[in-house]
Amino acid sequence: MQKIYPNAEGALEGLLFDGMTIAAGGFGLCGIPERLIDAIQASGVKDLTIASNNAGIDNEGLGKLLRTRQVKKMISSYVGENKEFERQFLAGELEVEFTPQGTLAERMRAGGAGIPGFYTKTGVGTQVAEGKEVKSFDGDDYILERGIRADLSVIKGWKADESGNLIFRKTSRNFNLPAATCGKVCVAEVEEIVPVGSIDPDCIHLPSIYVKRLILGAPYDKKIEFRTVREREAA
Amino acid sequence: MATQVEAKGWSRNEMAARAAKELRDGYYVNLGIGIPTLVANNIPEGMTVTLQSENGMLGIGPFPYEDEVDPDLINAGKQTISELPQSSYFDSAQSFAMIRGGHIDLAVLGGMEVSQSGDLANWMVPGKMIKGMGGAMDLVAGVKKIIVVMEHTSKGGDAKFIPECTLPLTGKNVVDMIITDLAVFQRPDHDSPFKLIELAPGVSTEEVRQKTTAKYVE
Repeated sequence: MQKIYPNAEGALEGLLFDGMTIAAGGFGLCGIPERLIDAIQASGVKDLTIASNNAGIDNEGLGKLLRTRQVKKMISSYVGENKEFERQFLAGELEVEFTPQGTLAERMRAGGAGIPGFYTKTGVGTQVAEGKEVKSFDGDDYILERGIRADLSVIKGWKADESGNLIFRKTSRNFNLPAATCGKVCVAEVEEIVPVGSIDPDCIHLPSIYVKRLILGAPYDKKIEFRTVREREAA
Repeated sequence: MATQVEAKGWSRNEMAARAAKELRDGYYVNLGIGIPTLVANNIPEGMTVTLQSENGMLGIGPFPYEDEVDPDLINAGKQTISELPQSSYFDSAQSFAMIRGGHIDLAVLGGMEVSQSGDLANWMVPGKMIKGMGGAMDLVAGVKKIIVVMEHTSKGGDAKFIPECTLPLTGKNVVDMIITDLAVFQRPDHDSPFKLIELAPGVSTEEVRQKTTAKYVE
Protein backbone atom coordinates (compact mmCIF):
# COMPACT_ATOMS: atom_id res chain seq x y z
CA MET A 1 0.00 0.00 0.00
CA GLN A 2 1.37 3.35 -1.08
CA LYS A 3 1.03 6.10 1.55
CA ILE A 4 3.14 8.71 -0.17
CA TYR A 5 1.25 11.27 -2.27
CA PRO A 6 2.81 13.73 -4.69
CA ASN A 7 1.35 16.83 -3.02
CA ALA A 8 -1.06 18.12 -0.37
CA GLU A 9 -4.02 18.44 -2.76
CA GLY A 10 -3.62 14.81 -3.80
CA ALA A 11 -3.25 13.63 -0.22
CA LEU A 12 -6.51 15.33 0.81
CA GLU A 13 -8.51 14.06 -2.18
CA GLY A 14 -11.83 12.53 -1.11
CA LEU A 15 -11.34 13.50 2.54
CA LEU A 16 -12.79 17.02 2.67
CA PHE A 17 -16.45 17.95 3.07
CA ASP A 18 -18.36 20.98 4.36
CA GLY A 19 -19.15 20.92 8.09
CA MET A 20 -16.36 18.45 8.93
CA THR A 21 -14.20 18.40 12.05
CA ILE A 22 -10.42 18.66 11.65
CA ALA A 23 -7.77 18.16 14.34
CA ALA A 24 -4.58 20.10 13.60
CA GLY A 25 -1.13 19.89 15.18
CA GLY A 26 1.13 22.80 16.07
CA PHE A 27 1.77 25.27 18.89
CA GLY A 28 1.71 28.86 17.75
CA LEU A 29 3.47 28.65 14.39
CA CYS A 30 5.79 25.86 15.59
CA GLY A 31 5.14 22.54 13.87
CA ILE A 32 2.06 23.58 11.91
CA PRO A 33 1.03 21.61 8.79
CA GLU A 34 1.60 24.50 6.39
CA ARG A 35 1.14 22.64 3.08
CA LEU A 36 -2.03 20.89 4.21
CA ILE A 37 -3.55 24.13 5.53
CA ASP A 38 -2.82 25.78 2.16
CA ALA A 39 -4.50 22.88 0.36
CA ILE A 40 -7.56 23.01 2.64
CA GLN A 41 -7.81 26.72 1.91
CA ALA A 42 -7.51 26.14 -1.84
CA SER A 43 -10.21 23.44 -1.77
CA GLY A 44 -12.80 25.98 -0.55
CA VAL A 45 -14.28 23.49 1.98
CA LYS A 46 -16.26 25.43 4.58
CA ASP A 47 -18.15 25.41 7.92
CA LEU A 48 -15.17 23.68 9.48
CA THR A 49 -14.82 22.87 13.17
CA ILE A 50 -11.11 22.88 13.95
CA ALA A 51 -9.54 21.50 17.12
CA SER A 52 -6.15 23.18 17.43
CA ASN A 53 -4.36 24.73 20.39
CA ASN A 54 -4.07 28.07 18.56
CA ALA A 55 -5.68 29.65 15.53
CA GLY A 56 -2.53 30.86 13.80
CA ILE A 57 -1.83 34.56 13.43
CA ASP A 58 -3.11 36.90 10.73
CA ASN A 59 -2.46 35.24 7.37
CA GLU A 60 -0.26 32.50 8.85
CA GLY A 61 -1.24 28.97 9.75
CA LEU A 62 -4.94 28.51 10.47
CA GLY A 63 -5.27 32.30 10.22
CA LYS A 64 -5.43 31.69 6.46
CA LEU A 65 -8.65 29.68 6.82
CA LEU A 66 -10.14 32.37 9.04
CA ARG A 67 -9.47 35.04 6.46
CA THR A 68 -11.38 33.06 3.83
CA ARG A 69 -14.25 32.42 6.30
CA GLN A 70 -13.94 28.64 6.05
CA VAL A 71 -14.05 28.13 9.82
CA LYS A 72 -17.31 27.92 11.76
CA LYS A 73 -15.88 26.93 15.12
CA MET A 74 -12.52 26.67 16.86
CA ILE A 75 -11.75 24.37 19.81
CA SER A 76 -8.65 26.07 21.25
CA SER A 77 -6.88 27.10 24.44
CA TYR A 78 -5.33 30.39 23.29
CA VAL A 79 -6.18 32.58 20.32
CA GLY A 80 -4.24 35.83 20.89
CA GLU A 81 -2.10 37.64 18.31
CA ASN A 82 -4.77 37.40 15.62
CA LYS A 83 -6.75 40.50 14.57
CA GLU A 84 -9.02 38.82 12.02
CA PHE A 85 -9.90 36.18 14.60
CA GLU A 86 -10.74 38.92 17.07
CA ARG A 87 -12.91 40.74 14.56
CA GLN A 88 -14.92 37.64 13.59
CA PHE A 89 -15.23 36.53 17.21
CA LEU A 90 -16.46 39.89 18.48
CA ALA A 91 -18.88 40.15 15.54
CA GLY A 92 -20.32 36.76 16.51
CA GLU A 93 -19.30 35.21 13.19
CA LEU A 94 -17.00 32.63 14.72
CA GLU A 95 -17.74 30.22 17.54
CA VAL A 96 -14.98 29.33 20.01
CA GLU A 97 -14.95 26.53 22.53
CA PHE A 98 -12.21 27.63 24.93
CA THR A 99 -10.60 24.49 26.29
CA PRO A 100 -7.73 24.37 28.79
CA GLN A 101 -4.56 23.34 27.00
CA GLY A 102 -4.07 20.10 28.92
CA THR A 103 -7.73 19.21 28.56
CA LEU A 104 -7.49 19.77 24.80
CA ALA A 105 -4.39 17.56 24.50
CA GLU A 106 -6.03 14.87 26.62
CA ARG A 107 -9.32 15.11 24.68
CA MET A 108 -7.35 14.34 21.51
CA ARG A 109 -5.32 11.58 23.16
CA ALA A 110 -8.45 10.03 24.67
CA GLY A 111 -10.40 10.27 21.41
CA GLY A 112 -7.57 8.51 19.62
CA ALA A 113 -7.39 5.83 22.30
CA GLY A 114 -11.10 4.96 22.17
CA ILE A 115 -11.86 6.73 25.44
CA PRO A 116 -15.07 8.76 25.00
CA GLY A 117 -14.67 10.79 28.20
CA PHE A 118 -12.46 11.29 31.23
CA TYR A 119 -12.56 13.12 34.55
CA THR A 120 -10.15 15.94 35.33
CA LYS A 121 -9.65 18.50 38.07
CA THR A 122 -8.77 21.18 35.52
CA GLY A 123 -11.53 23.80 35.31
CA VAL A 124 -13.48 22.71 38.40
CA GLY A 125 -15.35 25.74 39.79
CA THR A 126 -14.76 27.80 36.62
CA GLN A 127 -16.76 28.62 33.46
CA VAL A 128 -15.19 25.56 31.85
CA ALA A 129 -17.19 23.33 34.21
CA GLU A 130 -20.58 24.80 33.23
CA GLY A 131 -22.94 22.11 31.97
CA LYS A 132 -20.48 19.31 32.69
CA GLU A 133 -20.93 16.39 35.04
CA VAL A 134 -19.05 16.76 38.34
CA LYS A 135 -17.95 13.64 40.18
CA SER A 136 -16.12 13.27 43.46
CA PHE A 137 -13.19 10.86 43.77
CA ASP A 138 -11.46 10.46 47.15
CA GLY A 139 -12.93 13.75 48.37
CA ASP A 140 -11.98 15.93 45.39
CA ASP A 141 -14.24 17.13 42.57
CA TYR A 142 -13.53 16.36 38.92
CA ILE A 143 -15.39 17.29 35.73
CA LEU A 144 -16.24 15.05 32.80
CA GLU A 145 -14.56 16.02 29.52
CA ARG A 146 -15.22 14.35 26.16
CA GLY A 147 -12.66 12.75 23.89
CA ILE A 148 -12.38 14.30 20.42
CA ARG A 149 -12.89 12.18 17.31
CA ALA A 150 -12.15 14.20 14.20
CA ASP A 151 -12.98 13.39 10.59
CA LEU A 152 -9.43 14.30 9.61
CA SER A 153 -6.10 15.00 11.32
CA VAL A 154 -3.48 17.17 9.69
CA ILE A 155 0.01 17.11 11.20
CA LYS A 156 3.58 18.16 10.52
CA GLY A 157 6.52 15.86 11.30
CA TRP A 158 10.23 16.11 10.75
CA LYS A 159 11.16 12.79 9.18
CA ALA A 160 9.11 9.79 8.11
CA ASP A 161 10.03 6.49 6.53
CA GLU A 162 8.11 5.25 3.49
CA SER A 163 5.81 3.16 5.69
CA GLY A 164 4.74 6.24 7.71
CA ASN A 165 6.79 5.78 10.88
CA LEU A 166 7.45 9.33 11.95
CA ILE A 167 9.67 11.41 14.20
CA PHE A 168 9.32 15.00 15.31
CA ARG A 169 11.97 17.61 16.03
CA LYS A 170 12.35 19.48 19.35
CA THR A 171 9.26 21.40 20.52
CA SER A 172 7.47 20.97 17.19
CA ARG A 173 6.09 17.65 18.47
CA ASN A 174 3.52 19.44 20.69
CA PHE A 175 -0.07 18.74 19.57
CA ASN A 176 1.00 16.89 16.43
CA LEU A 177 1.19 13.57 18.22
CA PRO A 178 -2.19 13.58 20.02
CA ALA A 179 -3.88 15.20 16.97
CA ALA A 180 -2.53 12.43 14.72
CA THR A 181 -4.26 9.75 16.76
CA CYS A 182 -7.75 11.27 17.00
CA GLY A 183 -8.69 11.59 13.34
CA LYS A 184 -10.47 8.92 11.28
CA VAL A 185 -7.74 9.64 8.75
CA CYS A 186 -4.41 11.31 9.50
CA VAL A 187 -2.49 13.06 6.75
CA ALA A 188 1.09 13.99 7.63
CA GLU A 189 3.54 16.32 5.95
CA VAL A 190 7.24 16.00 6.69
CA GLU A 191 10.55 17.61 5.82
CA GLU A 192 12.17 14.40 4.67
CA ILE A 193 11.01 10.91 3.62
CA VAL A 194 13.61 8.19 4.13
CA PRO A 195 13.68 4.49 3.12
CA VAL A 196 12.18 1.95 5.49
CA GLY A 197 14.85 0.82 7.94
CA SER A 198 16.58 4.20 8.12
CA ILE A 199 14.99 5.15 11.45
CA ASP A 200 15.86 3.14 14.56
CA PRO A 201 12.56 1.47 15.62
CA ASP A 202 13.36 2.45 19.22
CA CYS A 203 13.34 6.12 18.23
CA ILE A 204 10.00 6.38 16.43
CA HIS A 205 7.62 8.90 18.02
CA LEU A 206 4.49 8.15 15.95
CA PRO A 207 4.08 4.57 14.70
CA SER A 208 3.03 4.14 11.06
CA ILE A 209 -0.44 2.80 11.95
CA TYR A 210 -1.62 6.37 12.57
CA VAL A 211 -0.26 7.88 9.36
CA LYS A 212 -2.58 7.03 6.46
CA ARG A 213 -1.26 9.47 3.90
CA LEU A 214 2.09 11.22 3.67
CA ILE A 215 3.61 14.04 1.68
CA LEU A 216 7.02 15.64 1.45
CA GLY A 217 6.34 19.27 2.34
CA ALA A 218 9.88 20.67 1.98
CA PRO A 219 11.20 23.26 1.49
CA TYR A 220 9.84 24.99 4.58
CA ASP A 221 10.04 28.63 5.44
CA LYS A 222 9.39 28.26 9.16
CA LYS A 223 8.04 31.40 10.77
CA ILE A 224 9.05 32.63 14.24
CA GLU A 225 6.53 34.56 16.34
CA PHE A 226 8.91 36.06 18.89
CA ARG A 227 12.59 36.00 18.01
CA THR A 228 14.49 36.31 21.30
CA VAL A 229 18.29 36.08 21.42
CA ARG A 230 21.20 36.76 23.76
CA GLU A 231 24.49 38.47 23.04
CA ARG A 232 27.71 36.50 22.96
CA GLU A 233 29.95 37.42 25.87
CA ALA A 234 33.03 39.29 24.67
CA ALA A 235 36.01 36.92 24.43
CA MET B 1 0.23 67.91 59.09
CA ALA B 2 1.54 64.40 58.74
CA THR B 3 3.97 63.81 55.91
CA GLN B 4 3.14 60.79 53.76
CA VAL B 5 6.18 58.53 53.49
CA GLU B 6 6.40 57.14 49.98
CA ALA B 7 6.53 53.34 50.06
CA LYS B 8 9.49 51.81 48.30
CA GLY B 9 8.24 48.28 47.73
CA TRP B 10 9.70 45.68 45.37
CA SER B 11 10.44 46.12 41.65
CA ARG B 12 9.32 43.47 39.15
CA ASN B 13 12.70 41.78 39.31
CA GLU B 14 12.75 41.93 43.11
CA MET B 15 9.34 40.24 43.18
CA ALA B 16 10.76 37.52 40.93
CA ALA B 17 13.82 37.23 43.19
CA ARG B 18 11.51 36.80 46.19
CA ALA B 19 9.65 34.04 44.37
CA ALA B 20 13.00 32.40 43.59
CA LYS B 21 13.60 32.01 47.34
CA GLU B 22 10.88 29.34 47.26
CA LEU B 23 12.92 27.17 44.88
CA ARG B 24 14.52 24.02 46.27
CA ASP B 25 17.29 21.84 44.90
CA GLY B 26 15.85 19.27 42.48
CA TYR B 27 12.59 21.11 41.82
CA TYR B 28 10.76 20.85 38.51
CA VAL B 29 9.14 24.25 37.92
CA ASN B 30 6.78 25.90 35.45
CA LEU B 31 7.00 29.69 35.07
CA GLY B 32 4.21 31.79 33.61
CA ILE B 33 4.60 34.72 31.24
CA GLY B 34 5.61 38.19 32.52
CA ILE B 35 7.19 38.67 35.98
CA PRO B 36 7.25 34.87 36.63
CA THR B 37 9.62 34.44 33.66
CA LEU B 38 12.15 36.62 35.53
CA VAL B 39 12.38 33.95 38.25
CA ALA B 40 14.63 32.02 35.84
CA ASN B 41 17.29 34.74 36.19
CA ASN B 42 17.26 34.39 39.97
CA ILE B 43 17.90 30.67 40.49
CA PRO B 44 20.50 30.42 43.28
CA GLU B 45 24.02 29.38 42.26
CA GLY B 46 24.62 25.66 42.72
CA MET B 47 20.93 24.75 42.84
CA THR B 48 19.54 22.35 40.25
CA VAL B 49 16.12 23.56 39.08
CA THR B 50 14.58 22.15 35.90
CA LEU B 51 12.17 24.43 34.06
CA GLN B 52 9.23 22.92 32.20
CA SER B 53 7.71 24.48 29.11
CA GLU B 54 4.16 23.22 28.62
CA ASN B 55 4.50 23.04 24.84
CA GLY B 56 6.68 19.99 25.45
CA MET B 57 10.10 20.45 27.02
CA LEU B 58 11.93 19.89 30.29
CA GLY B 59 15.17 21.78 30.79
CA ILE B 60 14.65 25.19 29.19
CA GLY B 61 17.94 26.83 28.28
CA PRO B 62 18.65 30.55 27.84
CA PHE B 63 17.70 32.56 24.76
CA PRO B 64 19.81 31.33 21.82
CA TYR B 65 22.69 33.16 20.19
CA GLU B 66 21.64 34.85 16.95
CA ASP B 67 23.15 32.06 14.80
CA GLU B 68 21.51 29.30 16.87
CA VAL B 69 17.90 30.49 16.58
CA ASP B 70 15.70 27.49 15.72
CA PRO B 71 11.99 27.85 14.76
CA ASP B 72 11.40 24.31 16.10
CA LEU B 73 12.59 25.31 19.57
CA ILE B 74 10.31 27.73 21.41
CA ASN B 75 8.88 28.17 24.89
CA ALA B 76 5.20 28.42 25.83
CA GLY B 77 5.38 32.19 25.23
CA LYS B 78 6.42 31.33 21.62
CA GLN B 79 9.87 32.87 22.18
CA THR B 80 12.94 31.18 20.71
CA ILE B 81 15.01 29.37 23.38
CA SER B 82 17.91 26.90 23.59
CA GLU B 83 18.31 23.39 24.97
CA LEU B 84 20.54 22.06 27.75
CA PRO B 85 22.45 18.74 27.89
CA GLN B 86 19.74 17.35 30.22
CA SER B 87 16.75 18.62 28.19
CA SER B 88 13.99 16.35 26.93
CA TYR B 89 11.12 16.84 24.48
CA PHE B 90 7.64 15.33 24.50
CA ASP B 91 4.15 15.91 23.13
CA SER B 92 1.42 18.11 24.65
CA ALA B 93 -0.54 15.18 26.15
CA GLN B 94 2.60 13.95 27.95
CA SER B 95 3.42 17.51 29.00
CA PHE B 96 0.07 18.00 30.67
CA ALA B 97 0.08 14.50 32.10
CA MET B 98 3.11 15.58 34.15
CA ILE B 99 1.37 18.84 35.08
CA ARG B 100 -2.02 17.34 35.94
CA GLY B 101 -0.49 14.24 37.49
CA GLY B 102 1.13 16.30 40.25
CA HIS B 103 4.72 15.78 39.09
CA ILE B 104 5.64 19.47 38.88
CA ASP B 105 6.77 20.89 42.24
CA LEU B 106 6.05 24.56 41.74
CA ALA B 107 4.35 26.98 39.34
CA VAL B 108 4.79 30.75 39.46
CA LEU B 109 1.96 32.57 37.69
CA GLY B 110 0.70 36.11 37.18
CA GLY B 111 -2.67 37.15 38.55
CA MET B 112 -5.44 39.72 38.09
CA GLU B 113 -7.24 38.85 41.34
CA VAL B 114 -6.76 36.41 44.22
CA SER B 115 -9.51 35.82 46.78
CA GLN B 116 -9.00 35.29 50.51
CA SER B 117 -9.89 31.60 50.00
CA GLY B 118 -7.20 31.18 47.34
CA ASP B 119 -9.29 31.46 44.17
CA LEU B 120 -7.32 32.81 41.21
CA ALA B 121 -8.58 34.91 38.28
CA ASN B 122 -6.00 35.54 35.57
CA TRP B 123 -7.45 34.67 32.16
CA MET B 124 -10.29 36.90 31.09
CA VAL B 125 -11.98 40.25 31.60
CA PRO B 126 -15.66 40.28 30.54
CA GLY B 127 -16.29 42.65 27.64
CA LYS B 128 -12.67 42.49 26.49
CA MET B 129 -11.31 40.19 23.81
CA ILE B 130 -10.87 36.73 25.31
CA LYS B 131 -7.54 35.21 24.35
CA GLY B 132 -8.01 31.98 26.26
CA MET B 133 -6.67 30.29 29.36
CA GLY B 134 -3.84 28.42 27.68
CA GLY B 135 -2.40 26.03 30.26
CA ALA B 136 -3.15 28.11 33.37
CA MET B 137 -6.19 26.10 34.51
CA ASP B 138 -4.23 22.85 34.19
CA LEU B 139 -1.29 24.26 36.13
CA VAL B 140 -3.33 25.51 39.09
CA ALA B 141 -5.26 22.22 39.20
CA GLY B 142 -2.24 19.93 39.10
CA VAL B 143 0.97 21.54 40.34
CA LYS B 144 1.92 20.89 43.98
CA LYS B 145 2.52 24.53 44.94
CA ILE B 146 1.13 27.67 43.28
CA ILE B 147 2.72 31.08 43.77
CA VAL B 148 0.96 34.12 42.30
CA VAL B 149 3.12 37.16 41.62
CA MET B 150 1.19 40.38 40.96
CA GLU B 151 1.04 44.09 41.70
CA HIS B 152 -0.70 44.69 45.01
CA THR B 153 -3.29 47.02 43.46
CA SER B 154 -4.62 47.68 39.97
CA LYS B 155 -3.56 50.74 37.96
CA GLY B 156 -6.68 52.43 39.31
CA GLY B 157 -5.60 51.66 42.88
CA ASP B 158 -8.12 48.87 43.56
CA ALA B 159 -7.11 45.96 45.76
CA LYS B 160 -6.34 42.72 43.90
CA PHE B 161 -6.22 40.48 46.99
CA ILE B 162 -9.92 40.61 47.76
CA PRO B 163 -12.76 38.74 49.57
CA GLU B 164 -14.23 37.18 46.39
CA CYS B 165 -12.93 37.34 42.81
CA THR B 166 -15.08 39.49 40.51
CA LEU B 167 -13.47 38.13 37.32
CA PRO B 168 -14.04 34.63 35.91
CA LEU B 169 -11.93 32.09 37.79
CA THR B 170 -8.89 30.19 36.60
CA GLY B 171 -9.14 27.89 39.60
CA LYS B 172 -10.94 27.62 42.90
CA ASN B 173 -8.97 27.37 46.16
CA VAL B 174 -5.65 26.80 44.39
CA VAL B 175 -3.20 29.53 45.51
CA ASP B 176 -0.56 28.79 48.19
CA MET B 177 1.42 32.03 48.19
CA ILE B 178 0.96 35.60 46.95
CA ILE B 179 3.93 37.86 46.27
CA THR B 180 3.11 41.49 45.49
CA ASP B 181 5.26 44.60 45.22
CA LEU B 182 4.39 45.28 48.88
CA ALA B 183 4.20 42.00 50.75
CA VAL B 184 4.13 38.21 50.85
CA PHE B 185 1.13 36.15 52.02
CA GLN B 186 1.25 32.43 52.58
CA ARG B 187 -0.93 29.62 53.87
CA PRO B 188 0.17 26.14 54.98
CA ASP B 189 -2.79 24.34 53.38
CA HIS B 190 -5.97 25.04 51.43
CA ASP B 191 -8.19 25.09 54.55
CA SER B 192 -6.21 27.84 56.30
CA PRO B 193 -6.38 31.62 55.83
CA PHE B 194 -3.49 33.52 54.28
CA LYS B 195 -0.96 35.03 56.68
CA LEU B 196 1.09 38.16 56.03
CA ILE B 197 4.64 36.81 56.41
CA GLU B 198 6.84 39.51 54.92
CA LEU B 199 6.87 43.20 54.00
CA ALA B 200 8.82 44.80 51.16
CA PRO B 201 11.34 47.46 52.24
CA GLY B 202 9.66 50.68 53.38
CA VAL B 203 6.18 49.10 53.53
CA SER B 204 4.17 49.02 56.76
CA THR B 205 1.53 46.56 57.90
CA GLU B 206 -0.82 49.56 57.99
CA GLU B 207 -0.26 50.29 54.29
CA VAL B 208 -0.86 46.64 53.39
CA ARG B 209 -4.05 46.73 55.46
CA GLN B 210 -5.23 49.85 53.60
CA LYS B 211 -4.59 48.34 50.18
CA THR B 212 -6.05 44.88 50.85
CA THR B 213 -9.73 44.02 51.16
CA ALA B 214 -9.21 40.28 51.68
CA LYS B 215 -9.22 38.92 55.23
CA TYR B 216 -5.82 37.60 56.27
CA VAL B 217 -3.88 36.93 59.44
CA GLU B 218 -1.20 39.40 60.45
